[in-house]
Amino acid sequence: MNWSEMRPLLSEACWDTLYMVGWSTFIAVVGGLPLGILLVLTDRGGMLQNVVANKVIGQVVNITRSMPFIILMVALMGFTRWVTGTTIGREAAIVPLAIGAIPFFARLVETAVREVDDGLVEAVQSMGGNTWTVVRKVLVPESLPSLISSTTTTVVALIGYTAMAGTVGAGGLGDIAIRYGYQRFDTQLMWITVGILAVVISAIQFAGDFAARALHRRAGRSGPGPKLRLPRAKEPAAADVSKAA
Amino acid sequence: MITTSGLTKVYSSRGREITALDGVDLHVREGEVYGVIGQSGAGKSSLIRCVNLLERPTAGTVTVAGQDLTALAGRGPRAGRELRRARSRIGMVFQHFNLLSSRTVQDNVELPLEILGKSGKERSRKALELLDLVGLADKSRAYPAQLSGGQKQRVGIARALAGDPKVLLSDEATSALDPETTRSILQLLRDLNRQLGLTVLLITHEMDVVKSICDSAALMEKGRVVESGTVSELLATPGSELAAALFPVGGDASGEDRTVVDVTFHGESATRPVVSQLARTYNIDISILGAAIDTVGGLQVGRMRIELPGRYEDNVVPIGFLREQGLQIDIVGRPTDRQPLLVKEGTK
Ligand SMILES: Nc1ncnc2c1ncn2[C@@H]1O[C@H](COP(=O)(O)OP(=O)(O)OP(=O)(O)O)[C@@H](O)[C@H]1O
Ligand SMILES: [Mg+2]
Repeated sequence: MNWSEMRPLLSEACWDTLYMVGWSTFIAVVGGLPLGILLVLTDRGGMLQNVVANKVIGQVVNITRSMPFIILMVALMGFTRWVTGTTIGREAAIVPLAIGAIPFFARLVETAVREVDDGLVEAVQSMGGNTWTVVRKVLVPESLPSLISSTTTTVVALIGYTAMAGTVGAGGLGDIAIRYGYQRFDTQLMWITVGILAVVISAIQFAGDFAARALHRRAGRSGPGPKLRLPRAKEPAAADVSKAA
Repeated sequence: MITTSGLTKVYSSRGREITALDGVDLHVREGEVYGVIGQSGAGKSSLIRCVNLLERPTAGTVTVAGQDLTALAGRGPRAGRELRRARSRIGMVFQHFNLLSSRTVQDNVELPLEILGKSGKERSRKALELLDLVGLADKSRAYPAQLSGGQKQRVGIARALAGDPKVLLSDEATSALDPETTRSILQLLRDLNRQLGLTVLLITHEMDVVKSICDSAALMEKGRVVESGTVSELLATPGSELAAALFPVGGDASGEDRTVVDVTFHGESATRPVVSQLARTYNIDISILGAAIDTVGGLQVGRMRIELPGRYEDNVVPIGFLREQGLQIDIVGRPTDRQPLLVKEGTK
């Protein structure tokens, strides 16, 4: 296969990947941010303390998060069809990607928000702020560097998942690598795909780290800034550990 | 201005109950600087946090500026609208400053005004005015991380004043600062108290803080207020622990047959040559074991520990002479012959 044949293939695959990752990240942030904050607020001693709600949310998040993505994708087929009208293609892939990423991101948000000094919350309460004020003026802005790192982590994880989604006809770079590299032994195309993925992932990591560090430095906190963490599905989230302590 | 009555706070954690406050009656008058001192764990922070109901008291009432805050609703940890409005009229300063690191100095000071829903123009005018007042006009665009501890606390004070409070609460505002900076922050609080007529309730574990700026003080022990009153009342209270701590005079008797007497001078009596009069009138030798003169709450106060030859019984007359001079006399090592007058606050 020569370059002029490969080019449209690759550029379409790139766009498909970006499309899927972009939308599912967007949905993961929109859904996971409130969920993560809610996990902190409803916890014991939290501003909206509600042990039952906290346990329920925590359990749902844990179960969804530890579900292997392939299984989640299959299990959600009915739901996906109901939402998008189909179970194949990139739109259809966005549904399980987003649903898988929401709890993943929510746990990262929870950890980030827990890091915020209680004293700041107390200060805002002493000024007459309510819970919503605390969320808007303290929890989110003060954990922003960590939240950006968490988003980067989520994007990178989602790129990995799109490759799996590719196997059910979602398209994208992972799909190319499997179809041409694995099934047709077109190693050249496969390596190009790998190269592109490596560049994309590095670029995203770099941009995310850069933004997080810049904010972090401004806030004057010591240390090299929030580290990019890639928790595996089975690994207990840091938040669970601290809760057990 | 601030009155608590029967204030009780019981924390229950993991089935254990800790009584942090055990029926605290406190009365802070309008326009005064009131210091609460006590050892770690005495319940000082619990007390101040109960005053603006950051912590809901288990029992008792808190009245600030005539408003009973404990009556204002707020189920559980959530505060209702009325309570939040009341809180916005009470400034609070913290030991660790609690400034938002994501905001500039000016934006930190503007935060309470944002909560009050003030317009952008009004917020920045007020913030700059307050920063000027605390001497940080040139730092408005800096981030808290770029400031020294003392500067951070000035920002904290400016922020606490943004809502034009009548009352300022301060929990160990100077405990994280060095002595020099502590002095300047205390001076600032004192100035604000005078200039703005601000009532200040401050918590500290340093006697020096009480000594340098407080009009009144209370001593807390195990969740109770064991002594309280204006500084001069306290100094006039025989056997007052606070007075002794404010004014430590040392020195032990040099022998068996000696009477050791602590003489406290206030105001004009501080300048009279009482000791030489005593020596001349009764022809006795007086040794001075220790002495201190200081300004406490703006008053000149002196304390002297003197030793008279002979037992207490032999010195009844000279001691009577000293009392007649209007001096406060405490016989060291003897139970006070006057009933210790526990300075009890009357409620407003
Ligand atoms: N949230 C809480 N839960 C349980 N116990 C608490 C809580 N806050 C305070 N206590 C307990 O209440 C008691 C009084 O604490 P408080 O913080 O009021 O003391 P303090 O006088 O301010 O001490 P320090 O000088 O160390 O700040 C202590 O025994 C403390 O352990
Ligand atoms: Mg304390």
